[in-house]
Amino acid sequence: MSLEQFSKRDVAPGYILYQGEVEPKTGWEFFKRAFSRTIKGELFVGLWIVLREMLIRGNSHTISYPQEKVAMTPRYRAIHKLLRLQESGSDRCIGCGLCEKICVANCIRIETKLDKNSRKEVSQYTINFGRCIFCGYCAEVCPELAIVHSGDYENASEQRAHFSLKEDILTPLDEFKANKQQEFSGFGALSNDADSFVKKTPLAY
Amino acid sequence: MDWAIVIETIIKSIVVLSVVAAMAGFATYIERKVLAFMQRRLGPMNVGPHGVLQLAADGIKLFTKEDIVPQNAVKPIFKFAPVIAPVTAFTSMAAIPFFPEFTVFGYTVTPIISDINVGVLFVLGVASTGMFAPLLAGMSSANKWALLGAARTVIALLSFEVVSGLALLAPLMMIGSLSLIDINDYQIAGFTSWLIWSQPMAFLLFVIAGFAETNRTPFDLIEYEAEIVSGYATDYSGIRWGLFFIGEYANMITVAFLVSIIFLGGYNPLWIIPGAIMILIKISAFIFLFLWVRAAWPHVRPDQMMWLCWKILMPLALINILITGIVLI
Repeated sequence: MSLEQFSKRDVAPGYILYQGEVEPKTGWEFFKRAFSRTIKGELFVGLWIVLREMLIRGNSHTISYPQEKVAMTPRYRAIHKLLRLQESGSDRCIGCGLCEKICVANCIRIETKLDKNSRKEVSQYTINFGRCIFCGYCAEVCPELAIVHSGDYENASEQRAHFSLKEDILTPLDEFKANKQQEFSGFGALSNDADSFVKKTPLAY
Repeated sequence: MDWAIVIETIIKSIVVLSVVAAMAGFATYIERKVLAFMQRRLGPMNVGPHGVLQLAADGIKLFTKEDIVPQNAVKPIFKFAPVIAPVTAFTSMAAIPFFPEFTVFGYTVTPIISDINVGVLFVLGVASTGMFAPLLAGMSSANKWALLGAARTVIALLSFEVVSGLALLAPLMMIGSLSLIDINDYQIAGFTSWLIWSQPMAFLLFVIAGFAETNRTPFDLIEYEAEIVSGYATDYSGIRWGLFFIGEYANMITVAFLVSIIFLGGYNPLWIIPGAIMILIKISAFIFLFLWVRAAWPHVRPDQMMWLCWKILMPLALINILITGIVLI
């Protein structure tokens, strides 16, 4: 096996290497090239293409943004949302701190305390969006599917602290009661056929 | 002195100034819309229905923008240069007959400010003088991009001026007059008498030279963004830049009128269409061609433009003159 086979690995069999246009040498060749380019009509092909695109109605690809918006896919990772439990309406977040731990940008901070029933309660949940890189690890690691990424990409604000406090990202109660909380189907959510993978715990062990 | 003529001329001048300036302004809107549709965009949409009033918004922006004169610029020339562009563009319109004669309240109006017997020469000469605007602007700006733009102005002038002059010579040999009214009347016999049929090569050459003269796309090397930012106008903003803009669009309209009158039968009526409508159709079509070409074609480099003008177009123009001369004899 020769070295040549390794040094030319980018050339697969069947490739045609384009050597570029052959430069004319003599004056006669220059004249022939200029003449053929003159009568080739390539310029008119360009003219026809733009005219055709102009004459087709409704051909515009513009989205007039404030009036029209792109529908975001479920896996799009924009500003986070904290979801509520479907049954009771209380927070899904159990304050386990996994998201805080896994966050690569170290931007999540959870404050927890014991409430009057001696249950762990999340008193504050903040995300520093100046540091967040929207990697989605927090949504993926969350065991309760409480912290998720929403499709809210319009995160311009007067205050850099906006969107980041617990009351900003938690589903508002009135919105929840109006049944508007969308179940999250994106990053870290269970797949549609997740039920088929559930097995009984083998108690025999 | 006949005061009626003085007053009539002043009124005509004001009408031409205001109408052409309004047309030039509206052409910017049309240009943005046509380019947008050709590139599958919407263009201006928000100011007025379908963005018709975008022109007003642009005007307010241009007029109220801060007027900046760079520190190292040659200030008197820097301030004066933008004025040359619209002044020469509008002055060159003095010898152009815009419409056929018409009668208002029993008074016959000839819609030409001054029917001088060297009309074509005057129009081309004054329009070429307009090249002083980018030249002086570029040289006085103390900016290397502007200076390059000024240098390119000169080579553009040296290239296209030969072609436009020689291309026009052949039809002028056939007509025997430089007055644009005579040129128009030469083609009065109808569609088949249009000079484009007897002088197709001259028509082609003059249109190409017209693109170069108005700095439109294939030849807009004096303000080519990708190479020299904005060319001669790099340091200009606000109303001074706006004056260059008005001058460019007025020049487009002038060239459209020239081509329509010299080659496309001018304002002669065709079939049942009256002459005034005919020339409006022609100049609209020609301005659309300007925009169309801008949407479709790439730029040429300065050396390519010089090569094209001097090595291809000028010999073709000379051969055209020679053949015309032989046929005429």
